[in-house]
Amino acid sequence: MQPTTRSKMFCGCAVGRLGDPPNSNVCEICLGMPGTLPVINKAAVEACLKTALALKCEIPRHTKFDRKNYMYPDLPKGYQISQYDLPMSKDGFLELDGRRVRIRRVHLEEDTGKLIHAGDKLHKALESFVDLNRAGTPLMEIVSEPDLRSADEARDYAVALRTLLRTIGASEAEMEKGQLRAEPNISIRRTGSEELGVKTELKNINSFRALHRAILYEVVRQTELLESGGTVVQETRGWSEAEGRTFSQRSKEFAEDYRYFPEPDLPPLEIDPVWIAELRLALPELPGARRGRLTSDYGLPAGDAVLIAADRDLADLFEGAVAAGADAKHAANWIIGEVAPTGKIPTAEHLADLVKLVTSGSITRDQGREVLMESVETGRAPSDIVTEHGFAQVSDEALLMALVEEVMEANPRAVEDYRAGKKQALGALMADLKKRAPEANPKVASELLLRLLG
Amino acid sequence: MSELTELTIKETARLLRLRSFSAAELVTAHVEQIERLDHRVKAFLRFTPELWEKQAEEADRRIARGDLGPLVGIPMAVKDVLCVRGVETTAGSQILKGFRPPYTGTAVARLFDAGAVMLGVTNCDEFAMGSSTENSGYFSTHNPWDLDRVPGGSSGGSAAAVAAGEAMIALGTDTGGSIRQPAALCGVVGMKPTYGRVSRYGLIAFASSLDQIGPFTRSVEDAAIVLDAMAGHDPLDATSSTRQNDVLRDFDAGVKGMRLGVPREYYEVEGMEPAVKAAIEAAIKSLREAGAEIVDVALPHTDYGLAAYYIIAPAECSSNLARFDGVRYGMSSQDALNITEAYERTRRKGFGTEVRRRVMLGTYALSSGYYDAYYLKAQKVRTLIKRDFDAAFEKCDAIISATSPTVAFPIGSKTQDPLSMYLCDVLTLGGNLAGLPGISVPCGLTEELLPVGLQVLAPQWREDVALRVARAYEVASGVKAEVAPLV
Repeated sequence: MQPTTRSKMFCGCAVGRLGDPPNSNVCEICLGMPGTLPVINKAAVEACLKTALALKCEIPRHTKFDRKNYMYPDLPKGYQISQYDLPMSKDGFLELDGRRVRIRRVHLEEDTGKLIHAGDKLHKALESFVDLNRAGTPLMEIVSEPDLRSADEARDYAVALRTLLRTIGASEAEMEKGQLRAEPNISIRRTGSEELGVKTELKNINSFRALHRAILYEVVRQTELLESGGTVVQETRGWSEAEGRTFSQRSKEFAEDYRYFPEPDLPPLEIDPVWIAELRLALPELPGARRGRLTSDYGLPAGDAVLIAADRDLADLFEGAVAAGADAKHAANWIIGEVAPTGKIPTAEHLADLVKLVTSGSITRDQGREVLMESVETGRAPSDIVTEHGFAQVSDEALLMALVEEVMEANPRAVEDYRAGKKQALGALMADLKKRAPEANPKVASELLLRLLG
Repeated sequence: MSELTELTIKETARLLRLRSFSAAELVTAHVEQIERLDHRVKAFLRFTPELWEKQAEEADRRIARGDLGPLVGIPMAVKDVLCVRGVETTAGSQILKGFRPPYTGTAVARLFDAGAVMLGVTNCDEFAMGSSTENSGYFSTHNPWDLDRVPGGSSGGSAAAVAAGEAMIALGTDTGGSIRQPAALCGVVGMKPTYGRVSRYGLIAFASSLDQIGPFTRSVEDAAIVLDAMAGHDPLDATSSTRQNDVLRDFDAGVKGMRLGVPREYYEVEGMEPAVKAAIEAAIKSLREAGAEIVDVALPHTDYGLAAYYIIAPAECSSNLARFDGVRYGMSSQDALNITEAYERTRRKGFGTEVRRRVMLGTYALSSGYYDAYYLKAQKVRTLIKRDFDAAFEKCDAIISATSPTVAFPIGSKTQDPLSMYLCDVLTLGGNLAGLPGISVPCGLTEELLPVGLQVLAPQWREDVALRVARAYEVASGVKAEVAPLV
């Protein structure tokens, strides 16, 4: 996960954006020029600590950075500054459908650059180019314990993490921007067996869909391998989205020896407990807690509560609208049915106004949709829009009686059919009525129609 | 005007204000001295006329404006590991040939701001790894006191430049003794500050937890002046300290009533030459006569220092030097078939023998399965050595010893035996492992007319103590750093 920061992990460069010209967000520090030194980005540490707190992690008083040594052209210093044996936090959990997924650690490190090869395949490339815009971008690595049992759970976990990080403002967590990448470790075992099987690690999965597909593929591959008498080799594997399969990258025997040792350019960090306490107090309500409150305080069904609590903006809108006088269940329906799919969010007051207009019968549901759209686009209050357009529903019996008579005169055949016992003819009459006068209150109008039809 | 090349900062500053000569004339005198001697001393790798012209002009303008800064117009040489914007900086290595950093390191930048005038870049052992400057990727530097001998190292070019009167001050770096040892061998003052006192930003790293930048000068006071201008916290170096130290406090207060520790272990090291021992004993005597109380102290883990140092320093260097891969700057092999081969060819061709040896030693020491036995063990020894010093400083205010167990040795005499070369640092590297400030001051000449250096080590952050003792010795002994009598 890429924490939300203005600058990179160890220098003042702006964090690169997708589409920036290659090597435009770089300086002598993130280029690994001789004599340059890293300085820790406090905002990245803060985002990591907030994440750790939200995941109920323990935050040790002392933490430090280490060097992970390996040479590759996308790694300018020949080592990545990461955290090895004293991570910023450890031993937390994330609630997922009432169950705990244990978090082993959350630590900070820096990202590498990117290689671009001229040609389809690396070994056929005539030229390779290095773009170091991403080099030195802060990354939080969230490591979970082996508590996920299926591709579905893994995806739900990833989605829940993203929601959590967005809620606390620690990361925008946009997968398409590379801000969230997953590296699932997968092993299978016989039903009833306690011992985990040999695992494979899939590298750099960058969409929820790919995560789900890759895990499913890997489970099938390992199962077939074992059933045909083979063994699973501990290795890292890549995922080809186009071919829909995983492929071997590097097995354990050829695993790199990273020669971790404490980063001498950065003194160990001592995390001030007062700072931790302040961050803890400033954390917004987390999705899990909010979901519980939406059911207990507002009586929402569990399904509605999940959908609304998953998005902080929607949850805020819901509570705001109820506070402004909207009925909770109706407000939830409008949010789930109309607001969430469009992503266009009205103010809480406007939504409350709208819900009241519909529930009081002043306008129809269909009219309500139009009013909502216009309100979001123009920023005007629904009741003003209704007044201006004369949208208000007509429930006056005297006015409607004339209309009903008009409809009956225009459709003698349907009237005859109804009176002869074909009850479905009522539908045709109501349809014509709605066409002639959309503002008519359908409930009142149908009562009048039934009365006249005898 | 050859006497202009024999002055100290203090004398120069006074004469510049009296308009006895201009900063431009002072630079010219040094350039003439270089032209006269440097083809024999070979202290400099390259010269920076575009800088010295501009900076001398600026210095004369500052003097005309009444600027009283002590370093305005002072001619300075800079070791080849300190980045200066636009100036080829190679760490004495072929692998960085042609590299011109687009930035100036903090220490050099502060001296530029203080008015110093850069003459050029001085030779050193490749990536500061060595004790004789013979490991330079370019050529060897010669000791101005005897051209057949080494100037020490790794900052040998800087020490030789100051000893030969080719520069009034020079900057070096000290990882295991690389300032103090060449200062001793060239008969000048050299100081390594407390680790964290001077920003390392712009210093091409050898061993990050040990490296410090410091001055070469021809008087103790000059060393204090240069240090004062460089020292202090730098937001670009997270290991630089915010602690203050008034380095000239009690500078001339003498040693009367001070307790000076003499560690027996430092007088019994392997290879201690009798002439060096005799000079140091004479120095102890003169300090006692000046009123110091000489006390015995123990540094029981001294024997393990060298081994620990030669694990920790190579371990850090193996990582620090990984960036020299031929991808972004410096030498680059163009005919390799793949990236691994490109790395191998670039690094085999670009690095010298000693650098390759240390990269391999360090890589080994950090490897999985060996880390605990080597790197971790060495770090534990480092802690024990720090405790030795802590305990010693309970009993004394400063520790005095020889800087180097030997005087300058003949060029080529140790190049075939790395271990004997490593022993050159046996009295200095403890100060690096413990992060202490240390200074080497001239302590007379042997019968062969070769300089001996006296080392003063003080507790962390007490540069003022080291300087005060060194100054007291300078006064009491009457031994002055002087320009070597090269004819």
